[in-house]
Parts: sequence; structure tokens; C-alpha cells
Amino acid sequence: MAMLHTVNKSPFEKNSLESCLRLAKAGSAVLLTEDGVVGAMKGTKHSKDVADAMANISFYVLGPDLKARGLSENNVAEGIKVVDYSGFVDLAAEHESVQAWL
Amino acid sequence: MKFGILVNEGPYTHQASDSAYEFAKAAIEKGHEIFRVFFYHDGVNNGTSLAVPPQDDRHIPNQWSELAKDHSVDLVLCVAAAQRRGMLDEDEAKRNGKTSHNVAEGFRISGLGQLIEAGIQADRMVVFGD
Repeated sequence: MAMLHTVNKSPFEKNSLESCLRLAKAGSAVLLTEDGVVGAMKGTKHSKDVADAMANISFYVLGPDLKARGLSENNVAEGIKVVDYSGFVDLAAEHESVQAWL
Repeated sequence: MKFGILVNEGPYTHQASDSAYEFAKAAIEKGHEIFRVFFYHDGVNNGTSLAVPPQDDRHIPNQWSELAKDHSVDLVLCVAAAQRRGMLDEDEAKRNGKTSHNVAEGFRISGLGQLIEAGIQADRMVVFGD
């Protein structure tokens, strides 16, 4: 079983998403939460890094945190699944361990 | 499944405590167990009994207290982090010659061993911080 990585900072603020993507192993999952949801938006200068990583990592974004920031699910990049807190719990349970990139 | 939660930030400054609370609530609703929530660093401020937020705002310490009461969740404040920040329970206040104490209902003060134990006993540790 693989690892769930959580990233809670915008890629425009910190490089935690970049670090995470560099070190996350194939088959693992990344959940973008809090300001990290900005990393899920399409059409940003970080979108390509995320799209490239999607080849072997699955991506999720926390819906309530998108909503809290006025970001529309319509602007979430293709291939990223929107989940709620219940989905967050499922992801944590389904993966072997959870690594927070604080 | 048993979850352990670590909260490293105080209330109202970062989203960490809110996120951790929402996660804990969702996990309990799904029938999981929260083995323990460990509050470390500024996270100990979540355990104050003296917070009086505006009435139209969420009361973060009370939310945790209610979660502890309703679902017998173990809320632990790190003793060293708590003492530095003026968070004292009755025993600690007495021991340090202080006249008052301010640990909210449902919280208790203990050591880092409780975090290690949560890491061992829980199936998953989920960390919330800044």
C-alpha cells in the first residue's frame, strides 16, 4: 500500500508541493488542502508539474477548502478528484501512512 | 480504524485546528475511532478555558471539548509547550505556585510519551500544522 501526502500550502507561497512531487513514489496519492488547493487550479505556471506527476501519482483536492477560497470546482485541473472531509478520512484509511508536507 | 491526530498550531491564527477538527468529526461519523488528539507547540492554545470569541464565530476550544465529551476523545496538551505558554491545569498551577488554571474541559496535560504512544497505537497518524 502506498502513502497519502497532504500539501496545505499554495505552490506560489512555498515549495512544499514541489518537494512532495519530487519525493513521492509512484502509486502514492497527493491531497491538496487549505491554501494547497491553489495547486489544483488549471492554467497556472504550476499546472504542468502537477499534470506530469499525474502519470504515476493520483491527485485529490479538498472541496470545502476550495469553496472557502471562492475557487470553483470548474477550474480544477482535469484528473484531480474533488473530495470532502469524509473523502479525506477514506484516503487516510486506504493508504498505509499519511505524510503532511508542512 | 484508529486515528491519531497531531495539532501543531493554535486556534484562529492558522487553519490547522479547524482542519483537524473537521477531519476528526468526519472520521467519527464514519465509525472510526480517534485514539487521541495531541496538541503540540502553539497547538496547546486550543485547550484554553478562557477564550471568548465573538458570538457569530465558532468557538474552537469549546468545539474540541464537546467532541471529547460526546465521543470520549482523549485531548492531550504537551506539558512543556503548555507551561511555556501559560496553559496550566489545577495540579500544574499548584505545583508552580500560580493562583489560577485555564485548561478547558476534556483536555488534559501530559508528556510527549503520549504522542509516541498514539503513533504506536493508532493505525494512522494525521498531522495538522502550518
